[in-house]
Amino acid sequence: MERKEIVVVGGGPAGLCAALQAARMGAQVTLLEGDDRLGGQLVKQTHMFFGSQKQHAGTRGVDISTMLVKELEQMPNVEIRTNAMVLGRYEDGALTVDDNDQFKVIYPKKAVFATGASEKMLMFANNDMPGVYGAGAVQTLMNVYGVKPADRVLMVGAGNIGLIVSYQLMQAGVQVAAILDAGPRIGGYLVHAAKIRRAGVPILTRHSIKEAVGTDRVTGAVIVQLDEKWQAIPGTEQTIACDAICLAVGLSPFADLFWQAGCDMKFIPELGGHVPARGQDMQTSVEGIYVAGDVGGIEEASSAMVEGYLAGLNAASALGYGGETVQTQRTELETQLNDLRSGPVGEKIRAGLAKLYAE
Amino acid sequence: MLHVTGIPTKEDVAKVTPSLERLQKGPCAVIECFQKIPCNPCATSCPFGAIERGNDINELPVIDWEVCTGCGICVVNCPGLAIFVVDMSQPDRAAVKLPYEFLPLPKVGDVVTAIGRDGVPLGDAKVLKVQDNKAYDRTRLVWLEVQRDWAMEVRHFSRKES
Repeated sequence: MERKEIVVVGGGPAGLCAALQAARMGAQVTLLEGDDRLGGQLVKQTHMFFGSQKQHAGTRGVDISTMLVKELEQMPNVEIRTNAMVLGRYEDGALTVDDNDQFKVIYPKKAVFATGASEKMLMFANNDMPGVYGAGAVQTLMNVYGVKPADRVLMVGAGNIGLIVSYQLMQAGVQVAAILDAGPRIGGYLVHAAKIRRAGVPILTRHSIKEAVGTDRVTGAVIVQLDEKWQAIPGTEQTIACDAICLAVGLSPFADLFWQAGCDMKFIPELGGHVPARGQDMQTSVEGIYVAGDVGGIEEASSAMVEGYLAGLNAASALGYGGETVQTQRTELETQLNDLRSGPVGEKIRAGLAKLYAE
Repeated sequence: MLHVTGIPTKEDVAKVTPSLERLQKGPCAVIECFQKIPCNPCATSCPFGAIERGNDINELPVIDWEVCTGCGICVVNCPGLAIFVVDMSQPDRAAVKLPYEFLPLPKVGDVVTAIGRDGVPLGDAKVLKVQDNKAYDRTRLVWLEVQRDWAMEVRHFSRKES
């Protein structure tokens, strides 16, 4: 059994920033990451980030990850454990951990859960056929392991992930047959859409996939046009030749630890599903448990980083760290979050947060 | 229609096109950013302070073409790869600087296929320069020589199979 000051669960953008902020204020921080490396989804992001310089705009996601990890590794008050998967959270505050195949029990004074999100699946015929991938898997194959996932891909979903992964596929020399989206509009940033479109990839809004074609692996896909009520229009089916179908149809907060801890949970579609209720300080209904990043609501990585800083700051501050500048820093971080969310593309997240804070 | 097809329309482009008089004076940046997103590297990277983003980082950028020199720094710093430099100072041809993130890179003197916003090939263009340095962070600035009436059309290119 181990006693720790602040334990951060999850080494993605939110967790890295939570750990950094708490450590910069002087707290003893333990960062637990289930994967064999830190960075989460940042390590797969080869594009330059949006936002402002405060969130490293203009820098590629993978390089932001390297910068954050490097700073963390140099701090004497930070303990990083990779291959350390948190298994559960018990009513006495214990976290159970599979730490490199050793079973550990850790009691933190404060915990930040930054566990991210998991990909949504889509219902269509043969969706279990080899060659049907989640966008995260395609990115991992290409950008982490250097493996070309296919020769010709049909992308389903024109949100930012679908658009970005399509572009990365083209950079890796993979053809993208088309990008489908069931909605009437492209959901992702239009600048991403424009750069893919000018490279020759059609974006088909109001289209969905009906079935994957093939016997023991994907050799094509039947797609279909949808009407204004999202129903398939008979007779509009067409077959697209491809050897992979990549699904980028949204994310669900990976909130199991909050459920286990008995945190008040709210179902908020705009935030991606069930998320923990929380105050402006990112603390949940269970004292000492904080939330940051996609697990608290699906959003961009730049917001996840700022939420991480904020959760780390409040957790460390609750233990007496930080001194006089804490309030100034807190206000500054809250302002950054508001700026990132204040425009038209932040409408959905604002609506979700309004519901979250309503009661 | 941009939000349906991903292709900026003529009307979209007209809003961000400098006057012919300005284009004929020399290179200047054309910012094809049509959606309010939280983003400001164009403004912060411009060494001349020619790009204004206002107090709200969600506002669309506004460029002062009298101050812009067409240096291309914003082109390689725009996370959306939505900025291009157009130069119509020569009487018989135009130059367009494009952000390019594909390998292999073209070589100076190569003839490549110039492509429009809709992904449709326009015809041949000549590579005038391929600029790369550490500060560009792996987004290369490729200068194409194109016929004058393509100056506001060419936004991508493909290498010809050799």
